[in-house]
Amino acid sequence: MLEKALDGGRGYWAWVCTLLALIGLGFVAYLHQFNNGLTVTGLSRDVPWGFYIAQFTFLVGVAASAVVLVLPYYLHDFKAFGKLVVLGEFLAISAVIMCMLFIFVDMGQPMRVVNVILFPTPHSLMFWDMTVLCGYLVLNVLISRVTFRAEIQELPPRPWIRPIIILSVPWAVSIHTVTAFLYSGLAARPFWESAVLAPRFLASAFSAGPAILIMLALLLARITAFDVGDKALHRLSTIMLYAMLANLFFVAMEFFTVFYSSIPEHTHHFRYLFSGLEGAHRLVPWMWFSLILGTGCAIGLLVPRLRHQRSSLAFLSAGIVLAIWIDKGLGMVVGGFVPSPLGAVTEYWPTLPEVGISTGIYAIGALILTGLYKIALSERAVI
Amino acid sequence: MYDGAKIITGLAVFGAMVTLPAWYGWAGGSHGDAPELAPPAHGEHCVESVEFMRSSHMQLLNQWRDQAIRRGSRSYRSSSGETYKISLTGTCLDCHQAKAEFCDRCHNYMGVQPTCWNCHVEPTGVKP
Amino acid sequence: MNKSRRDFLKKAGMTLLGASGARFVILGIADAEHLPDSGGSGVRRRWAIAIDTEKCASQGDCTACIDACNAEHNIPRIDNPEEEIKWIWKERAKAVFPHQLGNDSPRTLRDREIPVLCNHCENPPCVRVCPTQATWKRDDGIVMMDQHRCIGCRYCIVGCPYGARSFNFRDPRRAIDKLRSDYPTRTRGVVEKCTLCAERLAIGAQPACVEACEATCGAMVFGDLANPDSAIGRLVRTTLTMRRKPELGTEPKVHYKL
Repeated sequence: MLEKALDGGRGYWAWVCTLLALIGLGFVAYLHQFNNGLTVTGLSRDVPWGFYIAQFTFLVGVAASAVVLVLPYYLHDFKAFGKLVVLGEFLAISAVIMCMLFIFVDMGQPMRVVNVILFPTPHSLMFWDMTVLCGYLVLNVLISRVTFRAEIQELPPRPWIRPIIILSVPWAVSIHTVTAFLYSGLAARPFWESAVLAPRFLASAFSAGPAILIMLALLLARITAFDVGDKALHRLSTIMLYAMLANLFFVAMEFFTVFYSSIPEHTHHFRYLFSGLEGAHRLVPWMWFSLILGTGCAIGLLVPRLRHQRSSLAFLSAGIVLAIWIDKGLGMVVGGFVPSPLGAVTEYWPTLPEVGISTGIYAIGALILTGLYKIALSERAVI
Repeated sequence: MYDGAKIITGLAVFGAMVTLPAWYGWAGGSHGDAPELAPPAHGEHCVESVEFMRSSHMQLLNQWRDQAIRRGSRSYRSSSGETYKISLTGTCLDCHQAKAEFCDRCHNYMGVQPTCWNCHVEPTGVKP
Repeated sequence: MNKSRRDFLKKAGMTLLGASGARFVILGIADAEHLPDSGGSGVRRRWAIAIDTEKCASQGDCTACIDACNAEHNIPRIDNPEEEIKWIWKERAKAVFPHQLGNDSPRTLRDREIPVLCNHCENPPCVRVCPTQATWKRDDGIVMMDQHRCIGCRYCIVGCPYGARSFNFRDPRRAIDKLRSDYPTRTRGVVEKCTLCAERLAIGAQPACVEACEATCGAMVFGDLANPDSAIGRLVRTTLTMRRKPELGTEPKVHYKL
């Protein structure tokens, strides 16, 4: 089965080589960071977490979003997702591996990573995040392997896998909930100290995840003979739309609570992100762009014609991904650190090595995804 | 398995090449130029027997580390009943004064790079 | 504290006085409360510091406590404020007590530069979040750091409401003016902070900052808050002192008299 990933045309190998080159560059950038310390990043005393942790947060959401296929297909017998489910699980596998890599490159002492396992600490959310992510990876590898093998052999999947599939549904919710708890349980950072953070994370994940799947499905329909079918796309775009509306609703809740109550510690962070604080306003254009783009795409998706037409759907999905990526991958983490507990305003922007390492990790994810999708489509004999 | 013979031969060649240095040393019957460590000028004996220190000083140091930092207890009772102050730079290096002569030679020979000296400071010959 | 306990501590103090000799006498610590818990004596210690900011401000730009701490702990001097290592440093009072000091508060008070350090909280959020127990609370209340175990995830920095923790973005060795060999430096990629001089308490000495302050104006008082007869116990029980962000429930053990 795996050997199918090593058999492809010219375009396939050109793509794989491009990814390998990016991985190589990322590795060189990581060696630079490994030898010099995190001083090569834009991080500081006041902004101790940045781009890496933000990408991790975004990708946990992408990983969790496989559940929007698994749940309708296995629990509600929604047949149209049949061909898509395994692609969603493969996306989850790739995303979880990227998450782990982003945590790894963020560590100051990466050689001591096993300390998290040697000294398990249940009162730390970081410990639980590691546990649920590892578990989620195992679940998805197991489920996708067993069900896909059964599909190729044209047999019903083994019955013992069904409870495991059902377990993976709450497990997917748990990975993003625990990731939100990493932030929302901190008295030190009023920006995240909100009970709506976990629901908001899940809503944005269930919008961005399907958006990525839609784009991948449309891409595959273009370059291969594989087509998921309009019924699956329609359902997926509806899920994406309503999740995005829920996300925007939660953002509005945050705005109301923060600004109507007007507690300075809470408003400062939102003011920094959306209007600037003490002359610091690096993220302001990004945050407005994200908010307007996200709202605009949600409105666009409400129009049935735009939602059903493949070309417009591709554009709107890309807009949703970009809007949520800016919100979670730039604003969400950094916004919590400005101003600092002592009121200092220190801005953050990723440096070249940071971007290089992150690109390398995304390339690893893309490579894993490419290989897995290649296997899936080859075995189904559509390419 | 397709091409089973080729795969197994390839793996065997790979395994042999990777372990070549070990075979070389074993066949030659020598351990290279193993360093002869001189005992320190003063101090009658180490906190534990020479054999124990040779084989297990790293575990002992880890135990000292955890006891001093994590349990706040800085005295060690050796198996012969003597009491020592737990201190790498104070107790160990009080006798083994030349780190380069004592620690480094053996570590270099073994090809290990303990990270002790990334933080702990050699009492004499301070180099930044 | 009951009589027998005090007697016990006095005896323990005399023993230590003999043992650690000259240093102890020079420091002039006659009070047994400075001694580490010899074990089995019942009441748990709660080491604390009280700072009289008015007295402190009367010394102008005095940095005796900071200098003593930096020298004691091999703290590197890094000019880039984004990567600085700080165990104790001075901040403007308005930034330290943003709720208590408003725009109409006395200017001298608002702009006063006051020393800040790890609060050694009773409920430390940093300890709660650390995934490896590299930071933990000792029985005597000191929030300790095990640099051997720290993986450098910086979650504790994120969790600390006081900005008291520093991360070694680079190798600190090169930035240390005068390296002393009886205290380790740190390595690249670990978090560090004030340990309330646990190593000095272990030999019956006061924290370095307090000792240095005593030599100048004596604005800092150190001792066991669990002992109502201690100098700090009396001070906190008879004077209005403030702690940073008490509303968070962390129960800081550094008290300020504004």
